[in-house]
Amino acid sequence: MSRTVAVQPWTAAPLEHFISEAGARLALLMTPAGQVFAQHGFTRAVDVMSAAALGAAIVSSTGEIARMLSEPRFAELGHQGRGYGVFLAAFDTPLDSLVLLAIYGRESSLGLVKLFYEEFVEEIVEVCPEPEPRTQVLAADFERDLNASLAALFET
Amino acid sequence: MTIGTEAFRGALDAITRVRGVRGALVVTRDDGLIVADTLMEDVRGNAVAALTASLFSRVGLATGEAGAGRAQFVHLQAEGGLVLALAVNEELLVVALAEAGANVGLIRLEMLRAGEVVR
Repeated sequence: MSRTVAVQPWTAAPLEHFISEAGARLALLMTPAGQVFAQHGFTRAVDVMSAAALGAAIVSSTGEIARMLSEPRFAELGHQGRGYGVFLAAFDTPLDSLVLLAIYGRESSLGLVKLFYEEFVEEIVEVCPEPEPRTQVLAADFERDLNASLAALFET
Repeated sequence: MTIGTEAFRGALDAITRVRGVRGALVVTRDDGLIVADTLMEDVRGNAVAALTASLFSRVGLATGEAGAGRAQFVHLQAEGGLVLALAVNEELLVVALAEAGANVGLIRLEMLRAGEVVR
């Protein structure tokens, strides 16, 4: 049975609500750098890492295209396949910019995902904690945080 | 000939001129996105489009299972009004929102006419 797992507990309820309303099959909430806050539906750590890296790369690429066009960041990106669709969107919170990657099947639609994404953003912004003072990020800390996140996401 | 969004909007205007109609939309069936709309300000068009397309898809499953074929027209009567959806072709729906006492027959007629333009 697929389920929602959150490294940042305050993200769990909004993501679960989004999943149930939008009918998405897989979802990943992460920072633009690819640090995962919560996931739904993934069963393997390697899939989460791949999806996070690819999603972050797309956000980065489209952000650069937007910069070249003197546009603010593109808000949403939808890609419809024959059986599945991908929805990727970045949004701002008091804590940080966050990215939602959602995969949906034919039982849902881009319109439904976009609709409930708007509610999801409102809910996330509402429960988002105040940002902590920034500290220097060390390579050792990054690896420790990454391993801790994966352990939390897959309860290893 | 390619029909532009303005032509769609013109077709929808005829629906919204019927007394009691609160808005009309052309919606993509698969995606539930708005192609054209004429709506009252308090109507959340994107929500109506997404949810009506989803509803139409599910009703189509029900009519199929019931041996009635594909859904062509959905008439949803709610406490405070109506949602009407007409399949124009494989890709588009014409949707109308109306108050409870609106003339459904006239709205449907205008939806069919709009469907001819959209098609």
